[in-house]
Amino acid sequence: MSEQRIWIRGGRILDPAAERDEPGDMLIEGGVIAAIGAQLDVRDAEAIDARGAWIAPGFVDLHTHLREPGQEYKEDIASGGRSAVAGGFVAVACMANTQPVNDDPAMTDYIIDRGKQESPARVYPIAAATHGLEGAVMTEMSALVDAGAVAFSDDGKTIMDAGVMRRVLEYSRIVGSPVITHGEDRHLVAGGVVNEGPISTRLGLPGNPAVAEEVLIVRDLMLAELTGAHLHIAHVSTKGAVAAIRQARDRGVHVTAEVTPHHLVLTDEAVLGYNTNAKVAPPLRSAADVLACRAGLVDGTIDAIATDHAPHAVHEKDLEFTEAPPGMIGFETAFPVVLDLVRGGELSPLELMRRLSTNPAKIFNLPGGSLAIGAPADVVVLDPEVRWTYDPAKGYSKSRNSPWAGQTLTGRAISTIVAGRLVYDVARGVLFP
Amino acid sequence: MIGRDLLGIEDLDRAEIERILETAEHMREVGRRVVKKVPTLRGRTIVNLFFEASTRTKASFEIAGKRLSADVVNFSASSSSMKKSESILDTARTLEAMDPDAVVVRHAVAGVPKQIADVLAAPVINAGDGAHEHPTQALLDLLTVKLEKGRIDGLTVAIVGDILHSRVARSNIYAFGKMGAEVRICAPPSMIPAAIETLGVKAFTSLREAIDGVDVVMALRIQNERLSGTYLPSVREYSATYGIDREKLKFAKDDAIVMHPGPVNRGVELSHDLTDHRPSVILDQVRNGVAIRMAVLYLLSGRRQEGEPKLELETGEEK
Repeated sequence: MSEQRIWIRGGRILDPAAERDEPGDMLIEGGVIAAIGAQLDVRDAEAIDARGAWIAPGFVDLHTHLREPGQEYKEDIASGGRSAVAGGFVAVACMANTQPVNDDPAMTDYIIDRGKQESPARVYPIAAATHGLEGAVMTEMSALVDAGAVAFSDDGKTIMDAGVMRRVLEYSRIVGSPVITHGEDRHLVAGGVVNEGPISTRLGLPGNPAVAEEVLIVRDLMLAELTGAHLHIAHVSTKGAVAAIRQARDRGVHVTAEVTPHHLVLTDEAVLGYNTNAKVAPPLRSAADVLACRAGLVDGTIDAIATDHAPHAVHEKDLEFTEAPPGMIGFETAFPVVLDLVRGGELSPLELMRRLSTNPAKIFNLPGGSLAIGAPADVVVLDPEVRWTYDPAKGYSKSRNSPWAGQTLTGRAISTIVAGRLVYDVARGVLFP
Repeated sequence: MIGRDLLGIEDLDRAEIERILETAEHMREVGRRVVKKVPTLRGRTIVNLFFEASTRTKASFEIAGKRLSADVVNFSASSSSMKKSESILDTARTLEAMDPDAVVVRHAVAGVPKQIADVLAAPVINAGDGAHEHPTQALLDLLTVKLEKGRIDGLTVAIVGDILHSRVARSNIYAFGKMGAEVRICAPPSMIPAAIETLGVKAFTSLREAIDGVDVVMALRIQNERLSGTYLPSVREYSATYGIDREKLKFAKDDAIVMHPGPVNRGVELSHDLTDHRPSVILDQVRNGVAIRMAVLYLLSGRRQEGEPKLELETGEEK
């Protein structure tokens, strides 16, 4: 499909899979990475000037909501995919809470089909763990995996029945796919909408305590230990959760974990002023929790950064704080936001790329995450220095619910290449499809 | 000078609070006249936007506005915009188009007055939002204590009851704290908000310890739906443990006063006897509420076109 020849000139090659961090050029040809070297001599190619920029394997997002089918007014596979590549993501895994729910192989098949037709980024469906996300009857995991599902989760509708969760984890071993848990005990959340602490008390809004997340995660870690299944923990946000995951890893539990950009940089103070675009589940936490999440990402307790891109319409976010749906869009701001860890000296550029690309690809057993010669050319070129003002209305998502709206950010994806085709260029926008 | 809106006591400093109290003392005098009306806000429009049922506060604001000769319009809406599928901000924009000079907002969810203030040019006065703030209640409580005790500085105030769900508690914690009083809160542990000490109060679970030697005991209303269930086992147990009667009041100072924002669940938060007789000052609180709301409306609502209106305390011609 792709006859494009792309010559990326003069960048910093960052390939975590090969521990490679050195200046160089890249040639992409026939859909694959054809050559990497110092000052390649290439003719008849689309040239990308990468001087001062990083050349890395494209980002892989394990946690997104593309809203199609059923809520296309918030997002659809086309707009979500375009927003993804504009943020440097070449592959996105989308949660099952569509309408209808993705709990059936035909639905999985449909999403994959729509992704191939409409989205410049690769789309990988996550199937529901239980029918209708109701937490009772498990889905047909074998058939769903055959249809292309890459993982199983009821996401925001946490499976509250520990017996059901045990069976789901046990059964998942026949397909070997991860089961993703959204760690929030509904009874402890009890309608809480802001991290329980000084901020919820000042705002007079119902608090959602850290322990609601920790109780559930500890439960699921113990069930993963019992069953030997692969448990993946979505959007870790508390100090106690990071500690529990670290201990479980030390015991040999098969657990992986992700953290969102917002939980790495924002605290619950972002909610002061009742900004519903800062309402998210789990909620933004205390400064101590943010530091623990950053430390967990640095020391490997948390494997990956995932956006939890969750589009909601303006009129939905314009409601009372308790009524507005939780979630924020995240593709186009993820890279500049997490670059904060490089600026703070916590992660090298190579290690940051590992957590945005190599590790997430490995967790869901997806292609990508490396710049090996001959590998499919899923590549991102990143300018870590450029300053730009983020306006969600000018972005590709159909929704605008971002806490970074109007802010000046540093760092941006300047070119995104999927399967050897230039799909996004910062000057020209999304080019395909 | 106070800010554009009155969203919470948290935003005020001591000088601003004193200015409101002084203005309210002038306004009290208007209420004692035969013709209880001054022309100060003639031609101004004040909208009472109440998304939550309220009789007392709404009436108090309405009377306050009318005593200042403003045109007061009551706009009651259902408590959740989800139910009528209109966002609160759409409601606010609709109101804005009617050019009000002040909008008084009451809502069951914290933050709504702030969200509305963000889209309105007119000043917004918070008449109670969820468990956040109820600033005019705290101001009228300050005025009542000041009139009773002659001062606020150096007093000790115990706030007793459902602190977790109480906007009155939060506003009073800020208000009395900023005016130099020591504030204690007392509640069963299930009704004490997380990290409440960060607001500068000392928290007690024992009523006896909490009211030991205090000048003011302020009991809060307990919502019926919280009287049994996961916060409290029963009315009987609450009343026995945290209800105020003359016997328990003996631990407070001899001249301590008892306050309640009303309406009282008789025999629950306060004994019948205390509800009706001194040292409780519940009806003085109500009376002072009108004066405080007149002061706040006067200080905020005249700004839209011409800056602050002149304070005219002479009775106008109209009746």
